[in-house]
Amino acid sequence: MSDYLDEPRLQKPLPKSGQPEVTIQRESAVEQASLIEISGLNKWYGQFHVLRDINLNVRKGEKIVICGPSGSGKSTLIRCINCLEEHQEGSIVVDGTRLTNDLKNIETIRREVGMVFQQFNLFPHLTILENCTLAPVWVRKQSRKEAEKVAMEYLERVRIPDQANKYPGQLSGGQQQRVAIARSLCMNPEVMLFDEPTSALDPEMIKEVLDVMVELAQEGMTMLCVTHEMGFARTVADRVIFMDEGQIIEQAPPEVFFSHPRSERTRQFLGQVLNH
Amino acid sequence: MSDPEHVSHKKNKRPSLWNEMLRLWRDASFRPLLMQGIVVLVVVMLGVWVINNTMNNLEHRGISTGFDFLSQEAGFGIIQSLVAYDESHSYGRTFVVGILNTLLVSGLGIFFATVLGFLVGIARLSSNWLLARIASVFIETFRNIPLLLQIFFWYFAVLAALPHPRQSYALGDTIFLNLRGLFLPRPIIEQGLLPVVVSCLVAIGLALLLRTRNRQRRMATGKGISGAPWYMAALLIVIPALAWHFSGASLVLDTPALKGFNFRGGIAIIPELGALLLALTIYTAAFIAEVVRAGIESVQKGQKEAAASLGLKPGNVLTLVVIPQAMKVIIPPLTNQYLNLAKNSSLATAIGYPDLVNVFAGTTLNQTGQAVEVIAMTMAVYLTISLSVSLLMNIYNRRVALIER
Repeated sequence: MSDYLDEPRLQKPLPKSGQPEVTIQRESAVEQASLIEISGLNKWYGQFHVLRDINLNVRKGEKIVICGPSGSGKSTLIRCINCLEEHQEGSIVVDGTRLTNDLKNIETIRREVGMVFQQFNLFPHLTILENCTLAPVWVRKQSRKEAEKVAMEYLERVRIPDQANKYPGQLSGGQQQRVAIARSLCMNPEVMLFDEPTSALDPEMIKEVLDVMVELAQEGMTMLCVTHEMGFARTVADRVIFMDEGQIIEQAPPEVFFSHPRSERTRQFLGQVLNH
Repeated sequence: MSDPEHVSHKKNKRPSLWNEMLRLWRDASFRPLLMQGIVVLVVVMLGVWVINNTMNNLEHRGISTGFDFLSQEAGFGIIQSLVAYDESHSYGRTFVVGILNTLLVSGLGIFFATVLGFLVGIARLSSNWLLARIASVFIETFRNIPLLLQIFFWYFAVLAALPHPRQSYALGDTIFLNLRGLFLPRPIIEQGLLPVVVSCLVAIGLALLLRTRNRQRRMATGKGISGAPWYMAALLIVIPALAWHFSGASLVLDTPALKGFNFRGGIAIIPELGALLLALTIYTAAFIAEVVRAGIESVQKGQKEAAASLGLKPGNVLTLVVIPQAMKVIIPPLTNQYLNLAKNSSLATAIGYPDLVNVFAGTTLNQTGQAVEVIAMTMAVYLTISLSVSLLMNIYNRRVALIER
């Protein structure tokens, strides 16, 4: 964390040809206070030490991409933030609320933290619109009309308003994932967590989901993304974090991370991911 | 013409009966038809033979066939009847009494077994260790003991240990529990019945209207009418109470009272019904609990996680997301359990509860000797009950089915 802050901010390299030109307000985020503070986080599955002494601060509006080999604990880390996984040591503070065993606290945090899963996890027995209004109506106590209005706005933003009355089973994978993003946004969260959102998609559907995520980033949403899409990391991330064996090995702005990785392990990983 | 090839060709073409049969035998559409025809023929012949044989034997022994016996006087008593019945009624009436008693115990059993089964099934998956243990002990115990034994247990071990009528457990002077059953007061309205009933209907109507309004307002503005449940309760109590007061209606409770060796008056729940109902409910609930558990576990973990990550409370996750999806897995085996319960109710015979098998296929059959007719009628009743339950459950299943593509 600190070594990253000490580094002088580098100019963003020109986008590669074929990638959308995006301008993201990065500097404004620097001044803001931390939205998520993780310190001394340790987690075990039985004897297996999944997360080792993780320290991570995320400022409001910051976009972070977490990468690393499978089993390195990246998904577990972001699942700890909204308490889908319990941690044994250390503290997690989200938007001023410290994550404890108190159910009320957990619910407060979950309301502010949206999550998008690899397997979409839409509710198959509800229509697209009902998927989006369920939580606003039951958790935020909005009226159905109001919730539907908001939901339609978000469905329009992810470009599938015409599917509102269909069921998830009738949509393609890419469409389902965009609905999942809209469903989370309907709760008006402070942070969005993405757990490998494109890993279960056909190649041609990956782009439509990434486009939505890039737009979301441009609008200033705080985002933590576990992903293998290095192009996305280059375009959008303020910081790329590399994890291995439950530890944060290296973190740096993408331009530094991809061109001058410091650790041998990172170089090895990038060699595997980028050369194909 | 002497070309050998030509000759052999001609030979193959020769239309012989054998070749034609061979061709039909190999015909993909004819052979299945032939097979089905043979099966139908065999079944019909078997049926004709059975009926013929039975008719011959009945005639040989001088037993008259037909349903005339149904109008004859039965001449035996039945300990529980939902319709007026005494010894002077006909055998046909015993059939009706038997059906109603079977439907009574099956209907009550299905209701209680469903409620208990869902509670135990959900409890078994609870994160509360003690609750989950208790639920699994309940399931493993009652699922693995024969139903007949459980009926005997409740009838001979539990209910038979109750005191004699003179030493009844009593709640006030109105409810009594003893060896002869559970005795409850029966309310009788002597006069002014009509205004009271009408006022009750009006109150219910107004309460429903308020409920709809409340829901509409909640949908439109997000906030319901504050205190709506209290208004509804007030409506339901005040309007009938006023009607009661002004119409001068009077309610008389027909309380059970000890006369001689037993209680008379009120509503009596005989121990046979109690024991059978307890056994059927608990035994079937144990199976339903497992069905419910399987259904809930069939819902992907990601569904719970997605619902939880949206901030829904655990109770809402269960009722809004998990159970609706579990229902499509639960319903088919649940239907089986309902059918089992209805059919298992015929074990009533073992403790003398007057169900259809005990009354009609038991006493009536013994007295009339009309075995074929009585058994056929009884079987038809169970078939009708089972098919009706299946039909209703299939309709419900279609309603909860997921729409895909």
